[in-house]
Amino acid sequence: MANWQWFHRLGSPKWLLAKLDRWLPWLLGLGLLVLIVALVWGLAFVPPDYKQGNSFRIMYIHVPTAVVALAAYYVMAVAGAVAMIWRMKVADMVMRAIAPVGAALTFLALVTGAIWGKPTWGAYWVWQDARLTSMLILFFLYLGVMALYDAYNNRRNGNRAAAVVALAGTVNIPIIYKSVDWWSSLHQPASIKFTEQSAIASEMLQPLLLAIIGTYFVFAAMVILQLRLQIVLGEGRSNWLAEYATNKLR
Amino acid sequence: MTHPATMQSDNESMFRILHAIFQRDLRVYFRTRGAWLNPLIFVLLVITLFTLGIGPDVKQLALNATAIIWVVALLGIMLSLDALFRSDYEDGTLEQLLLSPRPLYFAIIGKVAAHWLVTGLPMLLASPLFALMLGIPISIVPLLALGLFLGSGILSFIGAIGAAVTVSLQTGGLLIALIILPLYVPVIIFGAGLLQYALEGWSVVAPLMMLSGLLCAAVVLAPLAIGAGLKISMDS
Repeated sequence: MANWQWFHRLGSPKWLLAKLDRWLPWLLGLGLLVLIVALVWGLAFVPPDYKQGNSFRIMYIHVPTAVVALAAYYVMAVAGAVAMIWRMKVADMVMRAIAPVGAALTFLALVTGAIWGKPTWGAYWVWQDARLTSMLILFFLYLGVMALYDAYNNRRNGNRAAAVVALAGTVNIPIIYKSVDWWSSLHQPASIKFTEQSAIASEMLQPLLLAIIGTYFVFAAMVILQLRLQIVLGEGRSNWLAEYATNKLR
Repeated sequence: MTHPATMQSDNESMFRILHAIFQRDLRVYFRTRGAWLNPLIFVLLVITLFTLGIGPDVKQLALNATAIIWVVALLGIMLSLDALFRSDYEDGTLEQLLLSPRPLYFAIIGKVAAHWLVTGLPMLLASPLFALMLGIPISIVPLLALGLFLGSGILSFIGAIGAAVTVSLQTGGLLIALIILPLYVPVIIFGAGLLQYALEGWSVVAPLMMLSGLLCAAVVLAPLAIGAGLKISMDS
């Protein structure tokens, strides 16, 4: 029978903090390595696009940030659900750790999307693109969750309230996406079209997939950094933390 | 096995609590002067301001009317929601409600429904006036009212989630807006889309169905989140 103890131990901040300290350099190192390889490959070695020239290369930053930003919201919401159902302290902390990282990624995706839009569409912001608009709404959803954290003096209640809002947002995200899609096709026929995403050449796709994997790793490392902070803030008065810190400094 | 008799009493208690809360809240609203009038005045005021900003040209107004009506209705409902649980929270009624063995889910539906009746319904009744002010043809008013009926219900139920998680905080109003406005995106798209379709003379079935579906989902799902939010607020 498999040993599941490690899984239960994840619920203990003390055990988790020690693990996180061990995992962090590996995740960060691996992530940065993969990301650098993918970016050098994508930015320097992939042949230019026959239509967009070199400007398409921002895709290697834009697409990974967008993909991970969206996934992060769901990870955050799942952590919120776990926190609400099983009352796990750590799940609350994970949720809180993800919010700023996810918001930052969403912001990056928006900015790179706008930069990419200028040479491709001729404008920084094009409301006809449903994805752009949905990402903006996602950004606001992240900001709302973060604002709710800050409004509560009691950390635990702030976490739980934010979990409720994050879950409500999760139900809404597909609806928002579809409705924005519907909206953008209603108002005026799209005069500008995205290049065909599915018809992407495999030599362009490979570094992109690599960049997405690298971004996931770096995202995990950033969340761990935040999570360590959350554990210290949440467990600040406990004895084990003082012990742990003294041992570490010794 | 549930005994048929207990099942029936369960059903009874569900609807009894819904009905009791609904009646009580309505009575409170009607005894508070302005509870139903203030949101309406707010909406009329903001429409007037929009008109002053855009200019007296009726064509220009009609072009923007769909957006104005929906944004204003949305703001009116959202701002009034701040008070939905506040007095109950302050005088302890909410605590009794949470302690009560009766299902909270139905109590919440009763509360939100009563609130909708004093905020959403007046807006719906005033929709001919909105149309007149913004130069929308009278023939579209029934559709406008129907859209506002469905839409304001969704807005009330989703907005109540924001009211529930912020009721214990001093800085209610603005925070509700930050949390809830992103969730209002589908409502404004389909609500304004409905008017747009009607103005263009197209079939309005699709947006009407979407709004109805969203309303059903909101009535069923939102009370769960509202209940969770109220329990958290009561803890703090």
